[in-house]
Amino acid sequence: MNFFKLSFLMLRRDWRAGELNVLVLALVIAVSSMTTVGFFADRVEMALSHESNQLLGADLLVISNHPLDEQYAEQAKRLRLSTSTVTKFPSMISNGDANQLAEVKAVTDGYPLRGKLYLAGTRASPEYRVANGIPEPGTIWVDEKLMHRFELRRGDLLDVGAIQLKVTELVMREPDHSVGFMNMGPRVLINAEDLSAAGLIQQGSRIRYDLLIAGETKQVDLFRDWAETQLTTAERIEGVRDARPEIKAALERAEKFLSLAALASVVLAAAAIALAVRRFSLRHLDGCAIMRSLGASQTGLFQMYLLYFTTLGIIASMLGCLLGFGAQEVLAIWLSDLTETALPWPSWIPAIHGLLVGMVLLLGFALPPISNLRSVPALRVLRRDIGLPNTHSLAGYLLGLAALSSLFIWKAEDLKLGIYIVTGFITAIVVFGVLGWLLVKMLSRLRHQAGGAWRYGLANIGRRTMSSIVQTVSLGLGLMALLVLTLIQDDLIEDWQTRLPDDAPNHFLVSIQPDQLQPLEDFFSQYEMASPTVYPMVRGRLTEINGKQVNPDDYADDSHAERHIRRDFNLSWTNQISSDNQITQGSWWDEGVPEEPALSFEEGLAATLGVKLGDRLTFDVAGSPVTAKITSLRQVDWDSFRVNFFVVGSPGFLEQYPVSYVTSLHVPPAEITMMHELVRAFPNILVVDVAVVINQVQQMIAQVSRAIEFVFLFTLLAGFVVLYAAIASTQDERIYEAAIFRTLGARREQLTRAWAAEFVILGGLAGLFASAGATAMGYAIGRYVLHLGYTFNPWIWLIGILAGVIGVFLVGMMGTRSTLTTPPLLTLRKLG
Amino acid sequence: MTNKMVNESILWTNALTKQVNTGEQQLTILQNIDMQVDAGEAVAVIGASGSGKSTLLGLLAGLDVPTSGKVHLDGVDIFTLDEDERAALRSRVLGFVFQSFQLLPALSALENVMLPLELSGVSNAEIAAEKLLDRVGLSHRLHHYPKQLSGGEQQRVAIARAFATEPKMLLADEPTGNLDSATGIQIIELMFELNREHGTTLVLVTHDEALSQRCARQIRLADGKLVQ
Repeated sequence: MNFFKLSFLMLRRDWRAGELNVLVLALVIAVSSMTTVGFFADRVEMALSHESNQLLGADLLVISNHPLDEQYAEQAKRLRLSTSTVTKFPSMISNGDANQLAEVKAVTDGYPLRGKLYLAGTRASPEYRVANGIPEPGTIWVDEKLMHRFELRRGDLLDVGAIQLKVTELVMREPDHSVGFMNMGPRVLINAEDLSAAGLIQQGSRIRYDLLIAGETKQVDLFRDWAETQLTTAERIEGVRDARPEIKAALERAEKFLSLAALASVVLAAAAIALAVRRFSLRHLDGCAIMRSLGASQTGLFQMYLLYFTTLGIIASMLGCLLGFGAQEVLAIWLSDLTETALPWPSWIPAIHGLLVGMVLLLGFALPPISNLRSVPALRVLRRDIGLPNTHSLAGYLLGLAALSSLFIWKAEDLKLGIYIVTGFITAIVVFGVLGWLLVKMLSRLRHQAGGAWRYGLANIGRRTMSSIVQTVSLGLGLMALLVLTLIQDDLIEDWQTRLPDDAPNHFLVSIQPDQLQPLEDFFSQYEMASPTVYPMVRGRLTEINGKQVNPDDYADDSHAERHIRRDFNLSWTNQISSDNQITQGSWWDEGVPEEPALSFEEGLAATLGVKLGDRLTFDVAGSPVTAKITSLRQVDWDSFRVNFFVVGSPGFLEQYPVSYVTSLHVPPAEITMMHELVRAFPNILVVDVAVVINQVQQMIAQVSRAIEFVFLFTLLAGFVVLYAAIASTQDERIYEAAIFRTLGARREQLTRAWAAEFVILGGLAGLFASAGATAMGYAIGRYVLHLGYTFNPWIWLIGILAGVIGVFLVGMMGTRSTLTTPPLLTLRKLG
Repeated sequence: MTNKMVNESILWTNALTKQVNTGEQQLTILQNIDMQVDAGEAVAVIGASGSGKSTLLGLLAGLDVPTSGKVHLDGVDIFTLDEDERAALRSRVLGFVFQSFQLLPALSALENVMLPLELSGVSNAEIAAEKLLDRVGLSHRLHHYPKQLSGGEQQRVAIARAFATEPKMLLADEPTGNLDSATGIQIIELMFELNREHGTTLVLVTHDEALSQRCARQIRLADGKLVQ
């Protein structure tokens, strides 16, 4: 019989006999929890991103100052994307004798593609309503400002260009007006069909044409890739990620949180699989010894088991993927109110990831034991006490750990996060292992002082030193993942929330002139408000990098970089680095003025532009070349909503150029009239209202925290499998113990007590390790990856230890129940 | 079975039968076994491999349940008891010596011997266990673990454990099966000595004719049936 056939026969027999239950269960739950998280996170991420797109009113905008070529709309149609257009321009609006400059938005059917347009209620129902469509031709929807300016009522007529339009609605909130310029005039919405009749679009008019695009993410990406090759210099593309660094930062942080949730289940899966494979190899020793004694070669045995595990891995992983797909669908229905938009259909990528994860985990942890199996001495057929492989050798786990580490780094989609987690877990394994060894040794000494059940519990732990350590470390790691996922994640999310307190800056003041600083301070003191910190700013265009002329066309491949090159940079200077900035490379000029003008670059922009530490950059500032050297790169927390700059210079070389100032402040909604006053008093200052963006980020945090709560249920399930696998890994030894105890006349209760003592000790140790590890890891992830402060949570220790004791005790007692009912003779004869 | 037999016997069986279902067919391992052992008697159960000796021993101790039939041990019909009650009866009445020693690897020699004493709630278990280990010549090996002991030493620990609770009856299943012949002889000597000292009833299962002759009576099993 060849090994190929034998491998399938063995697999079928073991599967039917229930030998593979724990392994298959571990793998199925591992893969299904991974794919559930994967599918679900995929959908939530897409939905979150869609919701962010509400800020644009679309997934993508093609923006131009001339009517857009038809090819964009046609291509969008070919890609089955929805489109709509918005034409924006300033125009004078008249109501009788009164005139007002307003921004006119002429829209076509479908607007807005993302987000909602809210209209004022009627007397009968004063609540805001969601607009059902766009203004009919011949009608005009106005905003509050115009309503108040003209004291308008529904039904009044307004002159817009050559036509008269009837006021039918009052617009309360537009999706694409979240970042509002308060000193812009009022806004009105009309139907695009009225444009030509009104005769408003004439040569030389300052008009912006937007093509709104929305649809499946993949299709939108395809469109974007295509459109970027078609853009003329007067056209550009904007997605939400290009639009606001705050939203981008929040979205990235949300993705990291979800990745973290997914990683927790990977750790649990790995622990369960490692435990289950260990048991498998112990149970297959005899079979291998017999085959060896009958002349099977080591290579033959290895190939047979490799095939066995590959087949098993594929079947179990596919089952896991199917289960994961079903589970995420249930979850999506359950969470249908999580996102405002309907969850989009997930991609197939999580399923492929799931299969890969399943195979990598299984083979990573199974290959070393398989290698051990092939070298079982044939002599074991005569003497059962020989040939026990060292199932706990570090080398045996190295491949698994390496497999796990690569999964971490891959799944984290962030090298730094991945490396932190891998280092964290490996350190935890080593520290837990050493501490576990010491504690187990110490406890087994204690057993001479302990009586009854405790003595046998401690004796078991002590005798199975390596098993006990492996059990404690696996359980500890599993519990640690759960703790990190729940408590610490909660704390981190709370920190994230507190970073955006109710009084987070919601208005930016831009273009403050030097002579306005004092009057502005006086203005705030009138309102009994502290004057906010102002930051100096000069504008400069990047002209040279290391003496080489910079040409926007050199960046034609990267529209993002190209835009930066074409636009002026806002350059600021300071001695003090902001608290929400962190130096990642180089060093900050701490005190005084460096000899050579120095620059600190935001690391993301540095990467986009391809500049690095030590490069000399020349800017054209008010017609003069200014050269400075990059001496540091910074990471900026954009979602702090404080004033931040991509490029900051050292003091001393920018001051002589025309400077303006910028600041941010929180204005409570009740005080908004103060801002109107400010606009009137300082007409040149640009006031930017970001309240809606803040609200969006706050909502995103709330959604992420809810999503994680649900993801946790699956991780918890995986946690139970680890527990079960840990208990099952010593099941055979326990069955034997039970037989001897029963033969010697032990009552069920005596045996139960001895095991209970053992489980309580194991669980306590695992809980202790998990709490310590979770605290350290929470601190590291918060501090170095998510850039959030982590406050020490003493409850973790109590919860961790209690969860360990109770969890291991309950599952242990449930898992060993069947052991008590096996007739002792059966066991003794099987093993004797 | 006469009343006299019942009264004097510490152990008797009635039509004891054990069948197992192999999935395709029913296999009869023991069939209608009627036997009795008097208090203080040494009886050898002898038979070829597969004759059902060990199954019989297991049923006599209540370690497994028969398909039909009865076992009376120390005046109790053991299969009217539940598993816990049978365990309690074992701890009071029986001691065991197995072919493969069946020591708990987690426990030291001393702790293995203490185990049955502690299970039956004896207060000075440690002293009693030490005394017994001394008696079997292992006073220098008290704190060694089974895997640190030779086969002969492990069987000595097992014998010490068997006598620890002063059982009325010792069940020995091929006690020399895993030992070389010289060690085997020493172990048998030790077991019979202790048996005499403690006045214990002995049921010895073996396939070794010579060994069986050391017992006062032999019961022969073939194909699951008693052969007279």
